[in-house]
Amino acid sequence: MNYALFLGCTIPARSRNYEMSARRVAEKVGLSLVDVEEFVCCGFPAKNSDREFSETLGGYNLALAQQRGMDICVLCSSCASALTETAHRLSSDPRARDRVNGRIAAAGLRYDGDVRVRHFARLLLEDVAPETITSRCERDLTDLRVAVHYGCHYLKPSEIYDGFDDVEAPDSVEALLRLAGVDVVDYPSKKMCCGGPVLPVDEKLALAVAHEKLTQLRDAGAEALCLVCPFCSVMYDGNQKGIESEFDESYGLPVLYLTQILGLAMGFGRKELGLNMNVVKTKKLLARYFE
Amino acid sequence: MERIDLDAADPGFAEALASQPGGERIAACFMCRTCVASCPISAVDRRFHPLRIIRLALYGLKQEVLASDFIWLCSSCYACQERCPQGVKISDFMTLLKNLAVKEGHVPRGIRAQLDLIREHGRIYPIDDFDNKKRNKAGLPSLPTSCDVVAKLA
Ligand code: SF4
Ligand code: SF4
Repeated sequence: MNYALFLGCTIPARSRNYEMSARRVAEKVGLSLVDVEEFVCCGFPAKNSDREFSETLGGYNLALAQQRGMDICVLCSSCASALTETAHRLSSDPRARDRVNGRIAAAGLRYDGDVRVRHFARLLLEDVAPETITSRCERDLTDLRVAVHYGCHYLKPSEIYDGFDDVEAPDSVEALLRLAGVDVVDYPSKKMCCGGPVLPVDEKLALAVAHEKLTQLRDAGAEALCLVCPFCSVMYDGNQKGIESEFDESYGLPVLYLTQILGLAMGFGRKELGLNMNVVKTKKLLARYFE
Repeated sequence: MERIDLDAADPGFAEALASQPGGERIAACFMCRTCVASCPISAVDRRFHPLRIIRLALYGLKQEVLASDFIWLCSSCYACQERCPQGVKISDFMTLLKNLAVKEGHVPRGIRAQLDLIREHGRIYPIDDFDNKKRNKAGLPSLPTSCDVVAKLA
């Protein structure tokens, strides 16, 4: 089965490490990802200011996938929620669908409402046999203590995600890490928001939200944080130094994408997974595998 | 908490909100504060208080709600909405308020800038030749550096 790979805005410009590692892992487990050059923003960043425009953008992207007869695979959780939500509205609300179709007709497109949108992590769980994943893992990561940050839009609003994971007790990402043999660490604020959406409005407040979690992660003894969203990475990886100086802390906590960790287990090299591009250095943490 | 002036109320505001996506169930709120207790923003800044915003809206204090910076502090995390025992779609309601605030001309600069970028480039981080060079070096395919289609969609 082919999936239209929806990269969104942030990943191709700011998170090439995520994209590189996801492509490696997909190939390794036999998921075929197809690039669609015409895709535009998912609509998420426009939702707060102009929800109808956000739905038009979503509908345009969905129609491009429909035209190719493919479902959509996303890497970013915000893209997942915006596109899934729009897909839901356009299949359940004929008036919204007519409005969007009225707009995208200008681009020669029409959407009839049958494209499925899923996050890459969810695809790994639902469309790849667990044995396939375990059999591709060759590097032993049992001594790597990793905590997971689920973020908000990977799971919520739950009504659009057909209950694929439990919002109050999520486990899907940890399940994938366990398949790869990783030592998963639990901590109290696992479900807490990264604060990212507040960044363009009130930077200090956004950093304060992320500060809470970083402190708990240090106290739980995590050696690395695992993410499934590039926005969360902006907070925990990109802004970790800023948080350290703002709150007089020192974490030095490497922040890795799920696909970088899976890729590591699958035997790929540092540069193949873009592990040299993470802001908080990963070299010391991973020296045990590369020396 | 500052005093509120009920004389400034717009009696039709709550009703108008109830007919739009996100506003349907706000009148069912029975003030249990589950939303406040679940809110990651309230946890670090007590000025932000989703229940207070809902009450102000129900009182019809339209200007107070739409002109305030507070609605923009909501991170749309859905923690409140997932838990509200009364089925109030709190996060969607905050989205609705933000949309209405924009229509009235109240929009934080950072949010406005993102919208302008999308309208012009189709993405919040436009891709240039330098980005494509870096992408190719990393073994990734080039992406378009311009986007004409969004102008037609807006
Ligand atoms: S959780 Fe729901 S019912 Fe309780 S205060 Fe918040 S909006 Fe009202
Ligand atoms: S959606 Fe907004 S109001 Fe609700 S818990 Fe999250 S930040 Fe608070």
